[in-house]
Amino acid sequence: MSTRTRPRAHPDDDTTTYREALRAGLRDALASDDRVFLMGEDVGRYGGCFGVSLGLLEEFGPDRVRDTPLSESAFVGAGIGAALAGMRPVVEIMTVNFSLLALDQILNNAATLRHMSGGQLGVPLVIRMTTGAGRQLAAQHSHSLEGWYAHVPGLRVLAPATVDDARHMLSAALADPDPVMFFEHGSLYNAAGTLDPAIHQVDLDRAAVRREGTDVTVVAYGGCVSKALEAAEELAGEGISAEVVDLRTLRPLDDATFVGSVRRTHRAVVVDEGWRSGSLSAEIESRICEQAFFELDAPVERVCSAEVPIPYARRLEEAALPQPAGIVAAARRVGS
Amino acid sequence: MATAHGGTSAGPPKAKRPRRAHGPTTPSRTPAATHDLDLLRQMLLIRRFEERCVELYSAAAIRGFVHLYIGEEAVAVGVHQALDERDAVVSTYREHGHALARGIPPEAVMAEMYGKTTGCSHGRGGSMHLFDADRRFYGGNAIVGGGLPLAAGLALADRLRGESRVTCCFFGDGAFAEGEFHETANLAALWGLPVLFVCENNLYAMGTALAREHAQTDLAMRAASYGMAAWAVDGMDVHAVEKAARGAIESMRAGSGPHFLEMRTYRFRAHSMYDPDRYRPKDEVEGWKRHDPVTGLADGMRTAGVLDAAALDDLEHQVSAEIDHAVRAAEQAPEEPAEDLLLHVTGRPEEAEA
Ligand SMILES: Cc1ncc(C[n+]2csc(CCOP(=O)(O)OP(=O)(O)O)c2C)c(N)n1
Ligand SMILES: [Mg+2]
Repeated sequence: MSTRTRPRAHPDDDTTTYREALRAGLRDALASDDRVFLMGEDVGRYGGCFGVSLGLLEEFGPDRVRDTPLSESAFVGAGIGAALAGMRPVVEIMTVNFSLLALDQILNNAATLRHMSGGQLGVPLVIRMTTGAGRQLAAQHSHSLEGWYAHVPGLRVLAPATVDDARHMLSAALADPDPVMFFEHGSLYNAAGTLDPAIHQVDLDRAAVRREGTDVTVVAYGGCVSKALEAAEELAGEGISAEVVDLRTLRPLDDATFVGSVRRTHRAVVVDEGWRSGSLSAEIESRICEQAFFELDAPVERVCSAEVPIPYARRLEEAALPQPAGIVAAARRVGS
Repeated sequence: MATAHGGTSAGPPKAKRPRRAHGPTTPSRTPAATHDLDLLRQMLLIRRFEERCVELYSAAAIRGFVHLYIGEEAVAVGVHQALDERDAVVSTYREHGHALARGIPPEAVMAEMYGKTTGCSHGRGGSMHLFDADRRFYGGNAIVGGGLPLAAGLALADRLRGESRVTCCFFGDGAFAEGEFHETANLAALWGLPVLFVCENNLYAMGTALAREHAQTDLAMRAASYGMAAWAVDGMDVHAVEKAARGAIESMRAGSGPHFLEMRTYRFRAHSMYDPDRYRPKDEVEGWKRHDPVTGLADGMRTAGVLDAAALDDLEHQVSAEIDHAVRAAEQAPEEPAEDLLLHVTGRPEEAEA
């Protein structure tokens, strides 16, 4: 596997790709704290299965950019152990699909050791991985399982959607005393944006309003944020003003930001690349209903992946995923 | 050199002599010559099929992750000589060769690459998920190591029913590092399950060389530690592969439990279409290409006087026509309408929900 593009020619020199922003964040972390090391399958010689860590082995050496065997449970568990011993490991799992081979370590150890030890132990570990569909990789390489991790107390779950978050979330994650799951959407690696020179650090506790609006709140995260923005643009053409909230952190959720937005717009559409049943979108919808029920002018709408393992065939894959047109239609249905 | 196979034989195998004495080409071929011609035809089909896939990928006719088997054809073809219809096969994402050697028609495999309804997985799987229940071909698994426990279960079912079938599981040297391999090897040996473990040791797991992922690179020796017969085979020599597989399966049918074959082979192409192949020296690749299993067999047959230029030409034409036909059929085959999206989720269609 692995999606890799050649270093792209930037339209102008100011833009950075999501991949480059992540790499800059990693480089910073490795350079500024010698407790930090990166390990995972093909992070070194190959340069990372999605090219994120390309060049870091040459820069920091094989002790700090460690290729591992295909042993997800062992190397994630080893990351947990090293974190217990005072290191600040960044563990890369190629994709969320393979994180299931390490699920036992993540849930039964990383997320619980602090509690089980009565607060004596902490696991300051960052586990990065790719998530999401859109590249015809079929049902074992396309799922969005970050919502499962967001179910688990003891974990923090991040979903950077912009180049600024890709650039700066890692250092904030490494400063967290607890395990952080870091989800990079596979369709974003080549997305380019301009880094805001004013941003040097980011707050992991706040969702962000990516576009202001007055008629409907569209809540999205990760790979769906750009789809929500695209939908908002189209809605604007119809005279509908959509506010787009990027969750950024999937656990703990920043209710105040999205519920606050709904209180202003009185309508909400929740977009989630996970399956609808038992999803993060269900959690968000229920928080909106719990906290702003009487402010709503219409039932909350959800745009999620169809309840099917993601198929290979292009037409079916497109039909299975949230798309801007579906978000637009949902926004119309809530009567905005 | 970090890239050598474990044990004593380092680097590409030595050039080999033809293993059998064949008579001159005559209209009535000896059974051995006929068999060799069939082996050659099967390997050529896989080789040319995948070369066509590269072209189609470049033309964006097929998508997703595509992993080529080019260079490893002798393993699939050799092992399949020893399997029959009642047996089961479990494979990986690098499975075009296994699928074709199993007898899945090239049309069905090609249509799957196109994501068409006539594909062997109805377009839902793509290159990495080829299935054919009738041929007992259980995928097409793209979770490294994911097929191994399935193979143990298939074999367990046969065991419980008293069937003399075997289950053959293909996997890589990288998969050998996964817990699932070690758990399955122990289980199969413990319960005496008829699993043929075929480890395709092509020296790399993506960009990670064998010696960078295994402290002990003699994989057959390690497999033997689980209490099963295990040995290494020259995976570039289809006759050696066939002989090893026949020996293992004969003994398994007689009830001797799992066997492990470490097939020492090499992939000539990058890991997948996305891989810029930066992690291995070019001369290493060139060195292995001199042991190309397809030209190796053809040369041997020529030396033995059972293959001439005309016969090889003939074969190439047949294979190419078969692939042309598969491509044409795939292009013309229908795409599944988006309304069908929710099919095949459960056995009860009325429960599928958007
Ligand atoms: C559990 C899991 N981890 C990682 C991957 C990504 N991946 C796909 S193929 C591969 C290399 C496997 O190497 P090997 O088992 O030697 O088989 P080969 O590709 O050489 O045939 C990797 C790391 C995966 N598909 N599944
Ligand atoms: Mg390999």
